[in-house]
Amino acid sequence: MGDWKTPANLRYGETDEWFAVDGDVVTIGITDYAQDQLNDIVYVEFRDAGDEVDAGDSFGEVESVKAASELYSAVAGEIIEVNSALEDSPETLNADPFGAGWMVKIRTSDLAPLAGLMDAAGYDAYCDSR
Amino acid sequence: MTTELLQPLIYDIGTPGRLGVNLPECDVPKVELPAALMREELPLPEVGEVQVVRHFVKLSKLNYSIDQGMYPLGSCTMKYNPKINEDAARLPGFAQLHPLTDESGSQGALFLMHELQKWLGEISGFPAVSLTPAAGAQGEFAGILMIRRYHIDRGEGQRDLILVPNSAHGTNPATVTMAGMDVLELPADDQGNVDMDALHAACEGELRDRIAGMMITVPSTLGLFESTILEVIATVHDAGGLMYMDGANMNALMAAVKPGALGFDVMHYNLHKTFSTPHGGGGPGSGAVGVNEKLAPYLPGPIVEIVEGAPHSEEVVGATLESPEHGLGMRRASQGSPLQTSVEVRGEPPLYGFVMPEKSIGRLKAFHGNFGMHLRAYAYIRVYGDSGIRDVTRYAVLNANYLRAKLMATYTVPYPRHCGHEFVLEGHFADADDVHALDISKRLMDYGFHPPTNYFPLIVPEALLIEPTETETKADLDEFIAAMEKIAEEARSDPELLRGAPYTAPVRRLDEVRAAKELVLCCAPARAAASV
Repeated sequence: MGDWKTPANLRYGETDEWFAVDGDVVTIGITDYAQDQLNDIVYVEFRDAGDEVDAGDSFGEVESVKAASELYSAVAGEIIEVNSALEDSPETLNADPFGAGWMVKIRTSDLAPLAGLMDAAGYDAYCDSR
Repeated sequence: MTTELLQPLIYDIGTPGRLGVNLPECDVPKVELPAALMREELPLPEVGEVQVVRHFVKLSKLNYSIDQGMYPLGSCTMKYNPKINEDAARLPGFAQLHPLTDESGSQGALFLMHELQKWLGEISGFPAVSLTPAAGAQGEFAGILMIRRYHIDRGEGQRDLILVPNSAHGTNPATVTMAGMDVLELPADDQGNVDMDALHAACEGELRDRIAGMMITVPSTLGLFESTILEVIATVHDAGGLMYMDGANMNALMAAVKPGALGFDVMHYNLHKTFSTPHGGGGPGSGAVGVNEKLAPYLPGPIVEIVEGAPHSEEVVGATLESPEHGLGMRRASQGSPLQTSVEVRGEPPLYGFVMPEKSIGRLKAFHGNFGMHLRAYAYIRVYGDSGIRDVTRYAVLNANYLRAKLMATYTVPYPRHCGHEFVLEGHFADADDVHALDISKRLMDYGFHPPTNYFPLIVPEALLIEPTETETKADLDEFIAAMEKIAEEARSDPELLRGAPYTAPVRRLDEVRAAKELVLCCAPARAAASV
């Protein structure tokens, strides 16, 4: 396997987001693998706090010196908080994708879609196969 | 931080009161400008002719251009632009033609546009062409709007999904979004083709009635001909969708494959790629669109048609010969060529006029598109003729395959099959892990080459997309191969050398992160903003 971190307590989507659950609030970010593939991240943009998203909707985008990518939420609900500090210092995503690089928090009434995502071992295998 | 300029701004090399032009005597009544439009300080550069010339010559020497050397920038078709195109564009009858001249005073220009419409249609197998889109992305936009209107007129306005392969140019999904529709992304299979299982699932599943069409580049952005293209087209048509071909890679198809004959409904051409009109800073572009009968009424306008009289060039149109070798309407050079214009007019010449198609999606651009580019493309096709255009494609494909075959010895080629006019290799070595595609590209500059396209298509890690075009000789290609082989050696023997490159360019390695994050705008009125 490659040289990236994949915390065991998170769920992972095929488009390289991680999902952390705390009660009915889901925090979303991008993985260490994703930030490494993207290279230096220079721009992020999120939808506004208060917006409603459906499962599978885009909640923002991230742009690096290599590429621009949409960010997708696996859960439906209201965006209750966005990490707007990242807009001024997107390099935080490269330095600390699972900590200070968290992106949005969504309050959801349906956690079921997370069960369909990958666990850490599954995500590592998925990245290895790419 | 301050910004050090390689050449001062033209505003900073002038002297108050200095003038570089002699204006002729005013021969029309003078009219005072409205007071509201008068400005106390209008910052125009005050320089003499010699200063202007030296300023721009110095700037041009900082640049790298196709007139200097090979420019293998994949997906961009940076072929040499024959100078005869420029001669044609500078003919006073064209160069001084005012866009508001009435049709009776611009029959020559209209004739030329009409011929170009016809030739582009002939090359691609489409009966109708509009020259108005300003560049490729606008051609795409026109194509998808036409598809949208077509479905709405048939009472199928619920068709709002466009299929886009994951290897597509970024403009494709952007176009779909701009047109108010949604993208359904399709994965590639291990051969780089569209994954047929995914395509069938999309077209035969619950979304079937929402499929408006598909945008696909042929050959794909990997430089590969979609070997299943006929099945792709049939599958989408069967679901009720229309097929859009992104014509960015038309340099691999001309006179060999006609998209219209394959079953495509609409495509755009990049005149600035395939037909050698200048681009890459020298533009503007030009993104004509070709369509079949279904979409012809929706073309963006105006298009040029014969509004009175009869065409006079029909008699020189030769018979299409189905070549058993290629099977898609190759023409034999010895036969009468459709890419010939008849200047031996018999009887009265017809009258050409601008026409808005019946259900046109409207105008995309003021006046008639980028006419200067139509002129250059016309000159290009006219000079090459039917057999020359076929050779363009043959040599473009041969050159790319020669490079690919030679470079496979030193680089990983992820899809090792015959390519079209370009191919992808991985700019990365397992035994030199800290060297990346970007380092290889920067080092190529020291060897006198423009770098290939980096990090596109996104589905290949560390992608280097290489397109030599037909205008490079074997000797030029061999020099490029030698440079690439040398760089592969350097990657192992001295990786730091690569990471520090370039050493011979006007500036060393640029800070791409800072460049993307900090906008530094240098212009006269806001000169103070030059330091941020």
